[in-house]
Amino acid sequence: MSQSAIRADYRRTLTRRWLLSSPALLIVLLAATGPLLVVLLYSFLKAGPYGGVLPEFSPEAWIGVVMQRGLFDDTLSIADAHLAIFWRSIRLSLETTLLTLIFGFPTAYFIATRPPNTRELWLFLITIPFWTNLLIRTFAILQIIRNDGTINTVLLKLGLIGEPIRMLYTDGAILAGMVYVYLPLMVLPLYASMEKLDFRIVEAGYDLYATPFRVLRLVIIPLVKPGIVAGCILVFIPSLGAYVTPNVLGGGKNLMIGNLIELQFGQGRNWPLGSALSISLMAVVMAALIVYVRNADKTGGHHG
Amino acid sequence: MNEAIGIRDVSKVFGQGDTTFTAVARVNISIRENEFFTLLGPSGCGKTTLLRMIAGFEFPTDGEILLHGENIADMPPFRRPINTVFQNYALFPHMTVADNIGFGLRMLGKSKAEVSERVIEMLRLVKMEPMAGRRTSEISGGQQQRVALARALAPQPKVLLLDEPLSALDYKLRKEMQLELKRMQHETGITFIFVTHDQEEALTMSDRIAVMSKGQVLQVGSPRDIYDAPADRFVAEFIGETNFLTGRVRKIAEETAEVMLEGGAAISATAAGVGVGDDVTIVVRPEHAEVVAVPATGSAVTKGTLENVVYFGTDTHFHVRLPDGSVFVTRQQNRPRLSSEFAVGSEVSIAVAADAARILRAGA
Ligand SMILES: Nc1ncnc2c1ncn2[C@@H]1O[C@H](COP(=O)(O)OP(=O)(O)OP(=O)(O)O)[C@@H](O)[C@H]1O
Ligand SMILES: [Mg+2]
Repeated sequence: MSQSAIRADYRRTLTRRWLLSSPALLIVLLAATGPLLVVLLYSFLKAGPYGGVLPEFSPEAWIGVVMQRGLFDDTLSIADAHLAIFWRSIRLSLETTLLTLIFGFPTAYFIATRPPNTRELWLFLITIPFWTNLLIRTFAILQIIRNDGTINTVLLKLGLIGEPIRMLYTDGAILAGMVYVYLPLMVLPLYASMEKLDFRIVEAGYDLYATPFRVLRLVIIPLVKPGIVAGCILVFIPSLGAYVTPNVLGGGKNLMIGNLIELQFGQGRNWPLGSALSISLMAVVMAALIVYVRNADKTGGHHG
Repeated sequence: MNEAIGIRDVSKVFGQGDTTFTAVARVNISIRENEFFTLLGPSGCGKTTLLRMIAGFEFPTDGEILLHGENIADMPPFRRPINTVFQNYALFPHMTVADNIGFGLRMLGKSKAEVSERVIEMLRLVKMEPMAGRRTSEISGGQQQRVALARALAPQPKVLLLDEPLSALDYKLRKEMQLELKRMQHETGITFIFVTHDQEEALTMSDRIAVMSKGQVLQVGSPRDIYDAPADRFVAEFIGETNFLTGRVRKIAEETAEVMLEGGAAISATAAGVGVGDDVTIVVRPEHAEVVAVPATGSAVTKGTLENVVYFGTDTHFHVRLPDGSVFVTRQQNRPRLSSEFAVGSEVSIAVAADAARILRAGA
């Protein structure tokens, strides 16, 4: 067979391979993009009076994402409430990411430096909270921080405080809940990259006069950066769309995007606005991802 | 000469409770300034552990480690003016070659100008100037080795530790690097402590060698001392090839003992600390013995059956089965036009050069 014939043959084989995976691709296509397309479509339709949509084009929902109409006339003004909720969501998610990183980094380092046969046990302990339903875990936190909850009761009994500290239904409560819930998502990828870390390279840092802090900054962090990026993405994205935690611990007063969206599909009966908000949330996530990936490529791309 | 590193009664015990393991057992060594000192021993004998205690990565369970007289046993590694060349090089994969070499100097707070000047100097020393901007993943194993060396030498440590730095290199490159290491030690005047389990490498490179086994130091001495006068059977066997003969001391005159071998012949051997009537072990190096024809001449000490002749290019090894069942090996240099006149399976005698036999210290 000539070279070109072989090549043509190979190309045909490749095509056939594609055909083999077509059922899987079809499912992915339908399952992933189908619902999204529906959501996108709904966002451009008119809201039905009792929920649902009317088959009529309307940009109203998209305008509603950032603007609001006056109560008595049709003047448009910035939708402060929506922007505040968006901003709170992003801020809380960033704070959650940062805090899980601060708690997760030493935890992962601790596990990665245990003798290999005990590491499994530590990882197992880290994943135990996953076994319990999210709602139950969140209510457990509620139990601890409410006005007559564990913390306040103990502090009161000890006489350290005169009256209960109000912790529930604050941004702080949401933050604490999310850090607790998402911590394992930070620890696991961090551990995965630290476990691969060659500790002789760390020793080389100490050997060459770097203090422990400098070894952390100049050797360990650059080397485990892929794990840090993965952990941050894994925590930031679900935080942004969190629903249960802000609902229970924020008391429906301190909303996040997830609650706002739910509101539109429920009491608000404004499906198009809910859809437009969902797509906006996705756009924020996408933007964050692109920034991360760009960053990781620039500085961490050369690791072997 | 002044002592650079003093190791005093140092022990290292790993583990706790009933599962302890003594990796280093009451070791005493005094390493001089400017010396190329080698720790030699089989795998698992505690060489790396001892080196890591000098570097500061492990702390001794017991004993003192002195650097120019100061006890540094509890000092963290980043305060010790001692640098290490790691076995797998352990270069920083996220830095260039030049940044790797300059790392120690930057940590010591040297100025930018000083760092770059010294980096260039080191690059020249290890002949890596064209590679300065490369990533460490983009250079060969031999080149990584040079960078590791340059990185450890750049801060001008008082002592350089090298843990089997050549073991990952192929034979030719290893020979080359051996010579270069010697050159660098000479040029920099830094004390080198070198770890290897390759006895040939130890003999060719070292000023002095410490032979270790099971966490203990068996003998410290120059390569010559260790090869010619091994302290015990382990050292004799570990360093080069050795034949052992057993017999009883019959007569002692000054430094020489006449020993009656089990086979019936007598041999004179250099000895210290033995008395008449002692049962002793005698060591004879293969190159100090010779296979001779059977109606033996005066220097023949024992007889046996020639079992194997192995040609090595520069020399030939003869394996002779002695009556007691052991194998005696001789090594003879090949000369032009001279082929072996002994046939495998024939009866031969073994002659030992005068002063070549040595009695192992009593009890060893
Ligand atoms: N951290 C540790 N915990 C328990 N035992 C250890 C530890 N480090 C080393 N050992 C044991 O101590 C002994 C000596 O180890 P060491 O690494 O010093 O040997 P070595 O002479 O360098 O051997 P090699 O030539 O194979 O490198 C070994 O039996 C090893 O199993
Ligand atoms: Mg070792």
